[in-house]
Amino acid sequence: MTHNLTLTAPPTAPHTLAANSISRIMLTVAATLAPATLYGFWLYGWPSIFLWVITVLAALFGEALCIKLAGRSVVSALSDGSALLTGWLLAISLPPWAPWWIGVLGGLFATILAKQVFGGLGFNLFNPAMVGRVFLLISFPVQMTVWVAPLPITAASAPGFHDGLLIAAHGIPSMDAVSSATLLGFAKTELSRGIDLLHSLAGTNAPGIVLSGARSGSMGETASLLILAGGMVLIFLRIISWHIPAALLAGLALPAAIAHGIDPTRYLDASSHLFSGGAMLGAFFIATDYVTSPNSRIGQLVFGAGCGFLTFVIRTWGGYPEGMAFAVLLMNAMTPVIDRYIRPRILGRDWRGAPLDPATQKGKS
Amino acid sequence: MGLIEKFLHNLKAPRWGVHPDDHKRPAADAPLRELPLPKRLYIPLQQHVGQPARPIVLVGQTVLKGQLIAEAQGNISAPVHASASGRVVSIGEVTAPHPSGLPLVAIGIEPDGLDTTAELTIPADPFALSPAELTRLVAAAGVVGLGGATFPSSVKLALGKRSEVTTLIVNGGECEPYLSCDDRVMRDFAASVIDGVRLMLHAMGAREALVGIEDNKPEAIAAMKRASATFPEIKVRPVPARYPMGSDRQLIVTLTGKEVPSDCRAADVGVIVNNVSTANAVHRAIRLGEPLIRRIVTVNGGAVWQPGNILAPIGTLASDLLAFAGLKSEPARIVMGGPMMGAVLPHAKVPIVKGTSGILAFNEDEIAAPEAGACIRCGTCTSACPMGLLPLEMAAQIRAGSLNGAEALGLADCIACGCCAYVCPSHIPLVQYFSHAKGELSEQSRSRLRNEATKRLAAERVVRLEREAIEKAEAAARRKAERAAQKAAEAAKSATESKETEAAE
Repeated sequence: MTHNLTLTAPPTAPHTLAANSISRIMLTVAATLAPATLYGFWLYGWPSIFLWVITVLAALFGEALCIKLAGRSVVSALSDGSALLTGWLLAISLPPWAPWWIGVLGGLFATILAKQVFGGLGFNLFNPAMVGRVFLLISFPVQMTVWVAPLPITAASAPGFHDGLLIAAHGIPSMDAVSSATLLGFAKTELSRGIDLLHSLAGTNAPGIVLSGARSGSMGETASLLILAGGMVLIFLRIISWHIPAALLAGLALPAAIAHGIDPTRYLDASSHLFSGGAMLGAFFIATDYVTSPNSRIGQLVFGAGCGFLTFVIRTWGGYPEGMAFAVLLMNAMTPVIDRYIRPRILGRDWRGAPLDPATQKGKS
Repeated sequence: MGLIEKFLHNLKAPRWGVHPDDHKRPAADAPLRELPLPKRLYIPLQQHVGQPARPIVLVGQTVLKGQLIAEAQGNISAPVHASASGRVVSIGEVTAPHPSGLPLVAIGIEPDGLDTTAELTIPADPFALSPAELTRLVAAAGVVGLGGATFPSSVKLALGKRSEVTTLIVNGGECEPYLSCDDRVMRDFAASVIDGVRLMLHAMGAREALVGIEDNKPEAIAAMKRASATFPEIKVRPVPARYPMGSDRQLIVTLTGKEVPSDCRAADVGVIVNNVSTANAVHRAIRLGEPLIRRIVTVNGGAVWQPGNILAPIGTLASDLLAFAGLKSEPARIVMGGPMMGAVLPHAKVPIVKGTSGILAFNEDEIAAPEAGACIRCGTCTSACPMGLLPLEMAAQIRAGSLNGAEALGLADCIACGCCAYVCPSHIPLVQYFSHAKGELSEQSRSRLRNEATKRLAAERVVRLEREAIEKAEAAARRKAERAAQKAAEAAKSATESKETEAAE
């Protein structure tokens, strides 16, 4: 129908357009992710670089395959940058030393099953990167929960290019040597062993929040500050609005702070929640995905708060130590409902859509 | 603009709308030029909202400048006057200033170059006149809203008086990029504009006038402040440069905080909006006795050699204006009005009318529009919409064929300002969707009315036929009864007659 309209009708206003495009948006988002990613490369070395490349290529390949099958132009579809971003977001949410096939399966799953099957860009209900991650986590819980302590690429013991390839191909050689728990994972395991947080976190092996990011986790988890900075840039550039990130972080931090205040032996404090488990990545880069989030400002606040709160609930009482991906997917499912019930107010109408009363308006001055 | 300045600007700006590159300068700064009298003028009979005017001249007749050549018909209409003295050479169809290129009846005048002016009636002191009398003079001068809506000004003044409007808002927003005709009017004729504002205040019985001018026109703001300094009832209020600030509902809420309810007119909340150029036209009509026969037109765009503002008689062909300003290259698109809401002209042999604010000749680069992509639900259109609508949702409904769904989302409140289509990163022609849907819906409601009328007539016919059948049957029965009675009477009569005859015999 759109084509008919443009072909038969004479050109209509507006006759001028803003210099904006989907690829410009996607590439800007990618650029703001770059510092955190590069820092992650430095922290986790060659295996993480290979995993990133493999995951991104798999996502691009999955997208290209579907576009080709649909008989559309592959080049123009890939150049919108959305598949690149999906692969990128998935890659930095994975354990940095995960084997190659994790990246391949996740990337393909994300673009083919979570996005193209629904009709491609703009039609998917769920965030493709998070669908990919959750699929991997459920299918391959072992590989998806093996984390390594950072081993900067320049360190003598860090795997070189060749060893990096081997790790990417076969997985981590001797797991005990390098594996380490994330803060959330560690806290959960110790609690299940009956050791309360005051004792477990005071222990010598306990992971803490290291704002420099030098701790185990995914690339998007440990470099929280760089992710936060990238998110602020996106808000400043008006590519995302502040509503979802602010509501999400508040929705996570407030219940965490209350619970921690009530019982610090059982509940982690708010800052541990905010700087762990990809909370920042989720708040600024995942939950803000245009396609799968509500389109009114108030709807976005509800959506963000829901993501944050569900993350807290899943992390605290759920079976998995991390909850961001699940929380985002659950709220994605709520998006159509939120959009149906929360709409912006139309000028000259009240919130329910009824025309305003002229008498009250006349009285204003 | 530096980053920090831009940030501060963003903080001050309203939440709605867009801030396109305004492209107003250098055209706005070029001194006003007057177009030499063209060889031929085509003055359309319909240059306003309402009924077209009725011609009262004949082909071959000589007319004077300012002479009435077509009179208003009906309650909402405006008369048309000769823009130059000369001979009426045709009364026939010309191409309408509309993308359809449909014909429009216009009076063709061949100017004689003498500019002999019709006799003028100028009231000695217009403020001594009654508001009704002043409004009548404005009506007789054919003044209509020059901001583009072309609503007859006298009707608005009378409405203002009737609705006891307190505030006149004078629209100097001129938010459309490229256009600067209102800017020029305010800079060059500030005193006339202010006088026109005072006359309108008198005609409406309004207390105060707020002149809203976008802050990207500092020269106009300064000129208007100077001109209004001695009139405390007139306040010049700079407003943030933000498209569509010149739209009445947006300007009203920015200046007064009043929201016009969606089913009401501005007058219902005590406000009337008039354009600065309209105020100037009112001044000329009352003080100089000059009907609306000329206006300032911005000629601008990448294909124009000397962009600027040109004072031209109504009925001048766009091609004459473009030839006067000169063309650098063959225009890729000619638009009447601004780039955000203006109409594409099928060609340049189209007359300018009272509502023509600009003739824009764009080159290929300016109108380059990338192919439309998929909606990524980014919501940029939602933030840009000055009415608080959800353009992306309305478009999705229309694409799915659910016009009623779009209507439920507030399609009727859409003012077609073009903000959504302007900002869309997927370049989806949203306004086109909405115009299409609005057209379909009004067609549907028309055909619904038609169907209802047909149904009513059909039902009435059935009732009528039934009634007629009953009446026929009753009449037949009556006739039968009458006949029978007559027969019986005749029989009785003949019986008595025969008896009588028998008896007589």
